[in-house]
Amino acid sequence: MKTPLAVIVLAALLPLLAGEYYINLASQIVIFAVFAASINLLLGYGGLATLGHAAYLGVAAYLSAFLYLKLQLAHWAIAPLALIGTTLMAGVFGLVALRATGLGFLMLTLALSQVLWGTAYRWVSVTDGDNGLRGLARPMPFGINMNEAMPFYYFVLVIGVFAIWMMARFVSSPFGATLRGTRDQPRRMSALGYDVWLIRWITFIYAGFWGAVSGLLFVYYHKYIHPVSLSLANSAEGLLAVIAGGSGTLAGPIVGAAIVLLLKNWASAYIERWNMLLGFVFVFIVVLMPEGVVPGVKRLWQRRSASRG
Amino acid sequence: MQYWAIQTLNSLALGGLLFLLAAGFSLIFGLMRIANLTHGALFMLGAYIGVSVMRQWPNLWFAALAAGAAVAIFGGLLERFILRQIGGNVLGQVLVTLGVSFIIADACLLTWGGDPIPIPTPPLLQMPVRIGSFIFPAYRLAVVGIAVVVAIALYLLMERTRLGAMIRAGVDDPQMASAVGIPVSRLFSTVFCLGAALAGAGGVIGGPILSAYPGLDADMLPLALIVVILGGAGSLLGAFVGAFITGFVYTFGVALLPDLAYVILFLPMILVIAFRPRGLFGKFAA
Repeated sequence: MKTPLAVIVLAALLPLLAGEYYINLASQIVIFAVFAASINLLLGYGGLATLGHAAYLGVAAYLSAFLYLKLQLAHWAIAPLALIGTTLMAGVFGLVALRATGLGFLMLTLALSQVLWGTAYRWVSVTDGDNGLRGLARPMPFGINMNEAMPFYYFVLVIGVFAIWMMARFVSSPFGATLRGTRDQPRRMSALGYDVWLIRWITFIYAGFWGAVSGLLFVYYHKYIHPVSLSLANSAEGLLAVIAGGSGTLAGPIVGAAIVLLLKNWASAYIERWNMLLGFVFVFIVVLMPEGVVPGVKRLWQRRSASRG
Repeated sequence: MQYWAIQTLNSLALGGLLFLLAAGFSLIFGLMRIANLTHGALFMLGAYIGVSVMRQWPNLWFAALAAGAAVAIFGGLLERFILRQIGGNVLGQVLVTLGVSFIIADACLLTWGGDPIPIPTPPLLQMPVRIGSFIFPAYRLAVVGIAVVVAIALYLLMERTRLGAMIRAGVDDPQMASAVGIPVSRLFSTVFCLGAALAGAGGVIGGPILSAYPGLDADMLPLALIVVILGGAGSLLGAFVGAFITGFVYTFGVALLPDLAYVILFLPMILVIAFRPRGLFGKFAA
């Protein structure tokens, strides 16, 4: 219990120490961490590798942008509509994708999200195609102006901490235990009378919901949305963050999100070829560090303290 | 009427290209249980290699063979030196192929630039063909013909040769196959090279219709996935039928509802998944 509190306190103190650039970077990391944590629910705890999670981030962001620009609703009305709409979509996609498990599930999630990606490019009357939707504004909860980096960071941090806490509650609940059961021993679980499919479907929807939350934060941050947010590369970045940090751990997606975004940020200062670097990092991590950074470091730490004691 | 006849031919031509792409994907998936996500990138790489070859020797067929060979070598190296290292880690293998596809896509962008590069139609096939009262572009007919020839060749390979018998044995039961002395490891490399070669050559053959452009990989990969989901993994017949269904649905979707053509792609996939999760001709659940 101590470590999470310490991390939250440190994260809350960050704006006192860092400049605007780093505060914005921290906001992005928190948003990306929520996205990665929602992938981790499926991959780490459900054993379901999804390559289409950008669909929920992207659709929530597009819904929010569309309702704001074209129907000119207020943010307090848009946010629940976008979340409900995206969660319903997750329910439908779950019905399709969970007809399979393993690689079939992966290909179905990928195909579903790629279809949305292609649609975002081509359905110009709704999405403005390759131009993306611009001219958005951040919400002003309690009349606080969030265009400055610091208030927005605290807004993102509060929601991000709440989201990750809710996901941690989810996996540590009895339901979470049954979910891990379906990951490790699906046949036994179903022999014990659990409805494996239903457990997976509920998790799929829950993960879709938090993916949508990250999408809202994402579109608030950028005030802009482009089809690239729905792309395979975006889903892959989220998956990479989970795997790099360590799937099936609570800290993994957060650490992984920080690693991926810091790398992306640092690399973009020197080279233009982020996608190529992303590819190399992917190959490197999968081949050399398949368990991820958090379990890897934990193992090294335990070995060190074991050799001391 | 002429318009719809042309759309039908376009559907067939796209279906033919998708078959070249998906046949390899399906065979690799069926035998090795690897969802090879580089497949779209290999198609694009083939198209770009074809562009470079044709600058030297302006012959599409030669370029297709050269690109197929080059991409096959690339695929062989990928399989031997990377995928083999993490054998048994199925998710890891998929992620590596995904990573490699990003590397290929970016390397293509770096090498050939961001503008679409057209690939010229062979001069002999530039003339339209008149059949009855309809006029068809000859090249698209040729693409359909190539796909059918390749399909027959693959069928004969799979059903009438020793290699094909070994591949079928590997698809049905890899452990048993290796127990009776079939060199499954070498088969893996062979099938991976063959699939890569088909994708690479397909990129060049598709060139006069699609041209080579950044993002071609991301456009083709979902279509290939949908073909395999429809047709069933590991089945040549499935890839063939799935490719033409997808070709029709996509082409008519673009013609009738251009904005939502991609959404229409959902429909056959959802129908098949709902009633037959392993695909129309799939031998096992993916």
